[in-house]
Amino acid sequence: MPGAETPLLEARGVAKQFGGLAALSDVTLTVKRGEIYGLIGPNGAGKTTLFNCLTGLYQPSAGGFRLNGESLAGLKPHAVARRGIARTFQNIRLFANMTARENVMVGRHARTQAGVLGAVLRPPAARAEEAAIAAHADRLLDYVGIDHRAGDLAKHLSYGDQRRLEIARALATEPTLLALDEPAAGMNATETADLRRLLERIRADGVTLLLIEHDVALVMGLCDRVAVLDYGRKIAEGVPAAVQNDAAVIEAYLGGALP
Amino acid sequence: MNAVLPERWRANPRLAWASYAVLGIVLTVLPFVVDWGMGRTWVRILDFALLYVMLALGLNIVVGFAGLLDLGYVAFYAVGAYFYAILASPHFDIHLPFWLLLPGGALIACVFGVLLGAPTLRLRGDYLAIVTLGFGEIIRIFLNNLNAPFNLTNGPQGINLIDPIRIGESPLNPAVDIFGYTLSGAHAHYYLFLALTLLTIFIALRLQGSRIGRAWVAIREDEVAAVAMGIDTRNVKLLAFAMGATFGGVGGGLFAAFQGFVSPESFTLMESIMILCMVVLGGMGHIPGVVLGAVLLTVLPELLRYIGPLQDALFGRVVVDPSDLRMLLFGMALVLVMIFRPEGLWPSPRRARELRPDDPDTTHHEQESLYDARR
Repeated sequence: MPGAETPLLEARGVAKQFGGLAALSDVTLTVKRGEIYGLIGPNGAGKTTLFNCLTGLYQPSAGGFRLNGESLAGLKPHAVARRGIARTFQNIRLFANMTARENVMVGRHARTQAGVLGAVLRPPAARAEEAAIAAHADRLLDYVGIDHRAGDLAKHLSYGDQRRLEIARALATEPTLLALDEPAAGMNATETADLRRLLERIRADGVTLLLIEHDVALVMGLCDRVAVLDYGRKIAEGVPAAVQNDAAVIEAYLGGALP
Repeated sequence: MNAVLPERWRANPRLAWASYAVLGIVLTVLPFVVDWGMGRTWVRILDFALLYVMLALGLNIVVGFAGLLDLGYVAFYAVGAYFYAILASPHFDIHLPFWLLLPGGALIACVFGVLLGAPTLRLRGDYLAIVTLGFGEIIRIFLNNLNAPFNLTNGPQGINLIDPIRIGESPLNPAVDIFGYTLSGAHAHYYLFLALTLLTIFIALRLQGSRIGRAWVAIREDEVAAVAMGIDTRNVKLLAFAMGATFGGVGGGLFAAFQGFVSPESFTLMESIMILCMVVLGGMGHIPGVVLGAVLLTVLPELLRYIGPLQDALFGRVVVDPSDLRMLLFGMALVLVMIFRPEGLWPSPRRARELRPDDPDTTHHEQESLYDARR
C-alpha cells in the first residue's frame, strides 16, 4: 500500500510526437488524492492528447504516468480503466442506440465477470451479478440526476443529460481518478452550476477529479490546483488565483504585450 | 424467451403461454401438414430452413450484435461439414458417432473462428469485410485442393456416402411406418433440427441480455468508448467470432449428415452473402427478425420451382428459365426492402424507432444535438 504522501497520479516528462509535431513535450505534473485538478490552455495546447496518453489510447513518445506509484506504461486502454482511471470525452461518446441504463451497465463490465456459460446457463451467481449491475446502474443514474430517463436511448437525451450520462457511465467503472474532458462545453449557466455541484459531490465521495475545461469561472471556482498547457508545454501550475495572474498564462491566452 | 413476444402479450402471462402453446402445436404438426399439402420435397425445404435459421443466428452474433461485417461466414459452415464428413464416411473408413461429431465440429469451428478472427481484430467496416471474404474463399479453395499430396478432402469430387445421423442404433434417414403413416427421414430430421434451432435461439437470447451481449453492442456503437469503459475489445470480438463460428460448425455438421454428401461447391461466397442477407433482410440484431429472414429466404426461392411448369401451362413453353429469375427477383427484393424497410422486415422495436421516429420535430432536434456532440 503506497503511503498517503504518494500522489495519486504522477505524469513525468510526458511527450507525444505526431510526425514532426510535438503535441506534448516534457509535461510533468502530480495530482493529489482527493483534489480537483484543472487542466487548461488554449485550443490545440495538447490537453486532450494528454488525456489520451493517460488513458492508454496513445502511447507517449517519452515519459509516462504512475497511478498510486504504479507505472501505467504500455497498458492497453481497457487495462488502464481497470486500474481505476475513467474518462469522459470532449465529443460525447455514448453508446447512442443503447438505453441510458444499458450505457451505465456497460460501465460495470470491468468490475464483473459473467462469461458465456454464465450468460447462457444463468446460475444463481450470474443472476445475482446481473441484478447487482442493474441496481448499480440505477443508483448511478439517480446520483447524476437522470434516473427518469433510464429507459430512453442515449441519443434521445438532451445534451446536458448526455454529459451526465457519460459521467455516470464513467463512475460505474469505480474509478479512483475521473478524467473529464470539457464537461461543461456547450452548457448554459444553470446547467454549469448543476454540473459543478455534481462534481463537488463526486469529489466528496472520494473520487479524485482531473478536469479539462474552458469555462474559466468553473475552473477557478472548482479546482484546487490548475496546470496551464500551451503548445504542448506546461507553462504554469498552482492555485487558480496565482495562475490567473501569471504573465506567461496571460500571454498564452491574449498574446504578448504590444511592442 | 420472452423477448420474442410483443410487449402487450408479454404483459399478460396467460396470453403469452397460450401463444407459446399454439406455436408449439403449429411447429409440431407443420411437417405433416406440409407433407400432405405440398409433398415431401417441402419437408426437406423446411429442414433446410431450420438449418439456415441456425446459421443466420450465428452470423447475427458477429454482424448484428458486435457489428463486425463478416463475409466469410460460410468458412465455418464448411469446416463443420467437412469435419463431420471426414470422420463419418467411407472416405477414411472412420465412422464416429453423431453425438461425438456434432460438439466436435462446433469446437473445431470455434477454433477456426478464433484463428480467422485474430488477424482481423484491427480492421473495421469495408476492410474487415474484404479480409473475411478472402478467408472464406481460402477455406473453400483449400477444400478444393486438399486431395493431393494427401487426400484429405477428396478435392472437387467431395465426400460421398456420409453416415446418417443415428439415434441409438437406428439411422434417422430411412422411412419408418407408424400407424400406417410413412414417417420419412425428412420428418425425423425436422424434429432434430427444430430442437437444435430452439436451443440456438435460446442461447442467442440469453447472450443478448447478458454482460457479454452488452459488450458486443457497445463495441458496435463506439469502440473507443467501449475500450475506455474497460472492455477488452480483443477478447470480446474474438468471443463474437468464436460463438458465431460455433453455430456455423453445428450447422455444417447437420448439413453433411442430412445431405450425405459435401463438396466445395456448397460453400461459395454466394452462400455467405445469402446468410448475410437473411440477417439484414430480417432485421439485424433482432432474433425473431433473423429467424423470419432465414425462413423467407430459404422458402421463397423454392417457390420458383413452380414457375417453369406454370409457364409451360400458360404459354406452352418455358419462356424464362426459373434459375435466371431467381437472382433477378432476389436482387429486386433486396433493393425494395432497403428502400422501404431499411431496418429489416421485423426489426427490434427499438431499431424501428431509430430509423422511423414518430415525431420528426424531436428527432431533428436530437440529431442536431448528437451532431454537435460528435463534432
